[in-house]
Amino acid sequence: MSVILTEAEAKALLQKVLKYSKADECEVNLLGELRGNLRYARNEVSTSGLLINQNLSVQSSFGKKVGVATIDEFDDASIEKVVRRSEELAKLAPENPEYMGVLEPQTYLKGSGYFESTAKMTPESRADAVAKSLGLSKGQNLQAAGFLENRNGYTAMINSKGLFAYYANTNVNFSLTVRTDDGTGSGYVIKGYNDFNKLDTAKASSIAVQKSLGSKGAKALEPGKYTVILEPTAAVVLLENIYFDMDARGADEGRTFFSKPGGKTKLGEKIVDERVTFYSDPQHPDLPASPWSGDGQAQGKTKWIEKGVVKNLSYSRYWAAQKGVKPLPGPNNMIMEGGTATLEEMIKSTKRGILVTKLWYIRPVDPQTLLLTGLTRDGTFYIEDGKIKHPIKNFRFNESPIIMLNNLETLGVSERVVSTESDQSYMVPPMKIREFTFSSLSDAV
Amino acid sequence: MKRRDFVHLSGLGLGAMMLPNFPVSGRPVSAEALLESGVDVAVKKRLADAALNAAKAKGATYTDVRIGRYLNQFVVTREDKVQNIVNTESYGVGVRVIANGCWGFAAIVDAKSEADTARAAEEAVAIAKANAKLMKEPVILAPQKGYGEVSWKAPIQKNAFEVPIKEKVDLLLGVNDAALKNGANYVNSVLFMVNEQKYFASSDGSYIDQDIHRIWPIFAVTAIDPKSGKFETRQTLSAPVGMGYEYLQTNPKDKITGITTRYNKGYDMLEDVIAASKQAKEKLTAKSVEAGKYDLVLDPSHLWLTIHESVGHPLELDRVLGYEANFAGTSFATLDKWQSKNFNYGSKEVTLFADKTQVGSLGAVGWDDEGVKTKRWDLVKDGTLVNYQAIRDQAHIIGEKESHGCCYADSWSSVQFQRMANVSLAAGKTPLSVAEMIKDVKKGIYIIGDGSFSIDQQRYNFQFGGQLYYEIKDGEIVGMLKDVAYQSNTQEFWNSCVKICDERDYRLGGSFFDGKGQPMQSSAVSHGSSTARFNGVNVINTARKV
Repeated sequence: MSVILTEAEAKALLQKVLKYSKADECEVNLLGELRGNLRYARNEVSTSGLLINQNLSVQSSFGKKVGVATIDEFDDASIEKVVRRSEELAKLAPENPEYMGVLEPQTYLKGSGYFESTAKMTPESRADAVAKSLGLSKGQNLQAAGFLENRNGYTAMINSKGLFAYYANTNVNFSLTVRTDDGTGSGYVIKGYNDFNKLDTAKASSIAVQKSLGSKGAKALEPGKYTVILEPTAAVVLLENIYFDMDARGADEGRTFFSKPGGKTKLGEKIVDERVTFYSDPQHPDLPASPWSGDGQAQGKTKWIEKGVVKNLSYSRYWAAQKGVKPLPGPNNMIMEGGTATLEEMIKSTKRGILVTKLWYIRPVDPQTLLLTGLTRDGTFYIEDGKIKHPIKNFRFNESPIIMLNNLETLGVSERVVSTESDQSYMVPPMKIREFTFSSLSDAV
Repeated sequence: MKRRDFVHLSGLGLGAMMLPNFPVSGRPVSAEALLESGVDVAVKKRLADAALNAAKAKGATYTDVRIGRYLNQFVVTREDKVQNIVNTESYGVGVRVIANGCWGFAAIVDAKSEADTARAAEEAVAIAKANAKLMKEPVILAPQKGYGEVSWKAPIQKNAFEVPIKEKVDLLLGVNDAALKNGANYVNSVLFMVNEQKYFASSDGSYIDQDIHRIWPIFAVTAIDPKSGKFETRQTLSAPVGMGYEYLQTNPKDKITGITTRYNKGYDMLEDVIAASKQAKEKLTAKSVEAGKYDLVLDPSHLWLTIHESVGHPLELDRVLGYEANFAGTSFATLDKWQSKNFNYGSKEVTLFADKTQVGSLGAVGWDDEGVKTKRWDLVKDGTLVNYQAIRDQAHIIGEKESHGCCYADSWSSVQFQRMANVSLAAGKTPLSVAEMIKDVKKGIYIIGDGSFSIDQQRYNFQFGGQLYYEIKDGEIVGMLKDVAYQSNTQEFWNSCVKICDERDYRLGGSFFDGKGQPMQSSAVSHGSSTARFNGVNVINTARKV
């Protein structure tokens, strides 16, 4: 049997698993994936690998006692064994008061994240893509270090109430750091797509090469508050900390940024500039995502923050029942609406400011204000009178993405970007922000 | 499983725990299955020999085979509920070869027959030959003698996997109950146990069987002021350790008393959570720090992470050479600084050493994952940079004749590479207690426990927070502070180290989740120190108004 099953093959296998169940309720999850990668450093290939992963997970329950067992072999004897084992574990487990039972059948939107171009990738196509990248740094006194990784996979689930869900998708991510031989310049690029045909490693690499050469001879600027233009790669690692925090339970319990005194939450409150809108949409053409959540709930288009106002927080089925509201699963993707400005226009309209390529080592400092710390990296430039004047030394910043989105000047066009912190893909625009707080200088290149 | 999955699973909330990445892979099994013995050592030798022979027949000039069985158990609770009990097992074989001067690696899950391991070896050789076309220079491997058939077992007293689940659940629910009774509004607690059963064989003639155990009890308590809507957390002062369940047996000699109790080789989880619950409430009304220069007194439960980030990482030779440039970064500690023999990494007080043999540490093994016997060596001696951390294919670059023995893979399915050894600050040679150290400080802050942390990609500029901050005025602790973080530069910071307490105060801290590589691998590592004093460090106030 192939590792990647079609919807019909997955359904037939899952129905067979369900037939062995003797529990009150049973839910089965199935996953198959092929991952290939090629890593290079010092202008030559360093490691490469292939991971084949397939897994069948059976959850059985008796009342509120739940057990899970998994297996990676799919013959009849193995399937029966894993079902029996999950039932034994359930009988031994303590009651889980938060167990909500399996879901009724749901209606899902159509998924669209699978591309043949990516599914067909081979070690040779990876090597060719990397060769195009390496070709650009050769002969220029530059050192390239990069990583190309592709995935072809599917997930499927079934339960004893008749719910069935299936989603296949492909993904390819490419990242590259180019450093000058003397270690005084460094540039970075990262691109991610579902469709390998959209990835142009040479074009992407030329950005990293240009940033690397352009960042040589950086001058020190005094730390303080500056107008910044954050490229999407820099902005996303701050913004995703807002997304991660948008769960109702923590907010209701009084222990997140979205909490308010007296056990209330910021739901319905304006927290950032009115030009800020975040939404999730599994059918977004540039950022397709699974139309169902891990527990089988349907995912639709959901506004999380609209015109600066908190529109939704996610509610697990348990927490929704406690609060008497409709459950809302956490999003499978996140899109920030953009404006119309190009990066060039934003630079041109800046009297004095800093262009930031990438932010690094982001860590929460204070969860009450979502204050984060981290540093600029791989291409930081001083802007004066609408022009990039010169590269500058890297800064450490201490800033909250909430404060930042209240100090919004301009939004550019939203584009697909990969978070270098979480590896998740998002749609984020470049943005100009006033009074961004840089707290100290770093000598790192 | 990644850090986010673990954080989600354990209900600890993002940012609540210092857990960069969590390497659990494998299938859930019953607790009893974790006690079943794995594949017999004689069978493992046969499986390994099949791979060694197959690789040689295909033209490999070097081969190593790792047969691994990796067991994890974690028990996750919040308040009065058990949220999850997970047992996982992962078993397979990874074969690494050199053919045509180039590395190749292939792994196979559930390898049961000699044909399986031979197939993995042949695939590894094919990959090596394909990649050889893209290599500029062949791999140069430091010579390594074979050890024959040998074994190593972590010196544990009580296998945590043999302790009934009920006893673990009762412990955690008891801890949670104590937290709620002592002022915490919420509490999450987790007991996390690891057993790595690793068999290594190489074409050098080594057959090494090792049994490694680790345990980490953790909690986080939250106190809320409903009126102001403010909240504060206090996390555990335990350390992850290379020990068995005996780490949870309390013993007065393992307690360090003072402004709050800290722990050495035995951890009193109940006592710590009671203190934590009171301290989380106290933090709500603590004085917000005034930014400025302070002399810092740093407890080992805090300092381990500063050592990890500012010493452990920059002295990894693969980072120095640029192999991690696209992800973890490079290093300020370039080869020319080491070659100069006079690069002042720190003050004369500062000796930092790497050690893969420290009893009870996370990195302790008999042999590393390429069959090199482990040892201790100096990295910074009396303030001067003297060495790096290097493995067999790097030793020649720094003129060493043998590897340092710090090669590691987080699974049978991952290729082994250079990982951080336990890197520690040597205790002071002159007798000095913490109380005596504090007595001399005029304007200072005493920091206990690890908190927020961030450092640049070449390891110059860093910022660290903690769990507990106490203001020191004229030699006395005068009260609790909050909103504290310090910023410094690695070389400046270690040169500001003026005093280190003696070995009576020496303790280990550490993490299960040191991340490096693409795809990312996690490694468990400990860092020891005694309490140390750093003069005139820049402290910022982290409170902001939204």
